[in-house]
Amino acid sequence: MRLTLAQREALWALVFLAVPLAFFLYFRILPAFQALWLSLYEWHADPSQRRFVGLEHYARLLEDPLLRRALWNTLLYTLLGVPGQIALGLIIALLLQRAPFGRDLFRAIYFAPYVTPAVAVAWVWSWMLSPHFGLVNELLALLGIPPQPFLQSPSQALPTVTWVVVWQNLGFQVVLFLAGLESIPRQYYEAARIDGAEGWRLFRHITWPLLNPVLVFSVVIGTIGYLQLFTQVVNLNFTDQGGPLNSTLTLALYIYQLAFLRFQLGYAAAVTVLLFALILLITLVQLRLLTRRVEL
Amino acid sequence: MRVQNRLTGFLALLLLLLGSSLMVLPFLWMVLTSFKPFPELFELRFFPREPTWENYRVVLWETGFLRWFGNSLLVASLTTLSVLFFDSLAGYTLARLRFPGKNLIFVLILSTLMVPTEMLVIPWYVMSAEKGWINTYWGLLFPGLITAFGVFLMRQFFESLPQDLFDAGRMDGLSEFGVFWRIGLPLVRPALAALGIFTFLGNWNAFLWPLIVVQTPEMRTLPVGIALFSGEAGTAWNLIMAASSLAVLPVLLVFFFFQRQIIEGVVLTGVKG
Repeated sequence: MRLTLAQREALWALVFLAVPLAFFLYFRILPAFQALWLSLYEWHADPSQRRFVGLEHYARLLEDPLLRRALWNTLLYTLLGVPGQIALGLIIALLLQRAPFGRDLFRAIYFAPYVTPAVAVAWVWSWMLSPHFGLVNELLALLGIPPQPFLQSPSQALPTVTWVVVWQNLGFQVVLFLAGLESIPRQYYEAARIDGAEGWRLFRHITWPLLNPVLVFSVVIGTIGYLQLFTQVVNLNFTDQGGPLNSTLTLALYIYQLAFLRFQLGYAAAVTVLLFALILLITLVQLRLLTRRVEL
Repeated sequence: MRVQNRLTGFLALLLLLLGSSLMVLPFLWMVLTSFKPFPELFELRFFPREPTWENYRVVLWETGFLRWFGNSLLVASLTTLSVLFFDSLAGYTLARLRFPGKNLIFVLILSTLMVPTEMLVIPWYVMSAEKGWINTYWGLLFPGLITAFGVFLMRQFFESLPQDLFDAGRMDGLSEFGVFWRIGLPLVRPALAALGIFTFLGNWNAFLWPLIVVQTPEMRTLPVGIALFSGEAGTAWNLIMAASSLAVLPVLLVFFFFQRQIIEGVVLTGVKG
């Protein structure tokens, strides 16, 4: 039997895609459905003793004070962190554009924390933020500010963790914004200057709208990142994970604690479904926003 | 106008200098602390009075550090090789070959990007427990072997190439795999570099899954190793900082060598993706 050219091509495609496709089906798509399935069961290591509980876990979600706390904290992290890193990132990118020299060096310095292992970052900051022997309080003392508890205070811990995450993500934002700024044609600014526009108005009417796609991307990627916050939270308060008084607990950490410290895998799976729904929602909003491109 | 420009330039430079000192300070403080003997920790001098290599000696020879380093190196290298090969092969196929169901498969792969890792780790754990993958290298490796993001990235790149090149290869009698390997791959080298570096760093820094799948100290990867070691070391901040320095330095070295590719990679994903 002779194969047509099209058949030959399809056959090759099948061979090339066999391993990747099997991988995605077995390790990505099947587990996603298994998580859904698990959320309907009371977990037991022995498969025959896994008890079907229907939507019980979801009912429990509604009245779980710790989950409410984790959800609320995660929202706070996002509301503080995303605008924070975007504003700082934009300011630094704009400054870099104006710097007469040293651009590449500065960009590298701001980017370095982004590639650094989050675990190491968390430990260094928790050492610097230590209330008694920390460098940060020592520096604050030079300015006449009394020592702060930072990570050990229920009211200061969450903003402190957010600061560390922003510090680490900043370089990523800077690089994105720099690329976005560079893609705006010079002529737009020149034309606007001829019309007498300066400073803030240039930013408001040219830079900001043309940066919109990058901004939307940053908001969405940033939000998804904060929704999954885990490593820094765990390591910044290692002895009291999610503490003090659950003030830094996140959804991802709560999932980890439920599943792998208390082995309530079924209930933990229900919480992951909630997290998935949140991420899906954001992705859909992103698609809407990105397809509504800015007209010139 | 000119004077004003120079003034704003100078001001920008000053602010950037201030900001970057805030970025550098934690690294500096980490390295300085790592050279301090224990009693000096609580004196809060900037430079160590009696700098010592002792902390490094303890971390390197009296903890599992070298093993963790090796584990991370092995896991990150193998996943990177696998990702580079399979992601580019799948990207090539989805970009350049015609076959029924192509778009469906592409959408299927892309849709997995929306599923958060937290949702997958629970079934992965159950699967690993049932198949005996807990605490094995395969257990550490399998989730990262192929990535949807990489397939997407490579597909975009292969699509941007002219069809003539591939036709010429087929005319010359190359097999379909030969066309991919000999003609396609060399042309997408910049994309491969960016994908490779990101995959390596991502796996080198990974924390959540290795923390779950590893049970004995010997199988820990570097991030898990330092996290748990630090938890055990308690207030021995000089040791913790030495371990952190040793974990951070190779990453920073990679970064300074491949800076251009890394930054292009970020731009690629965010602005042009």
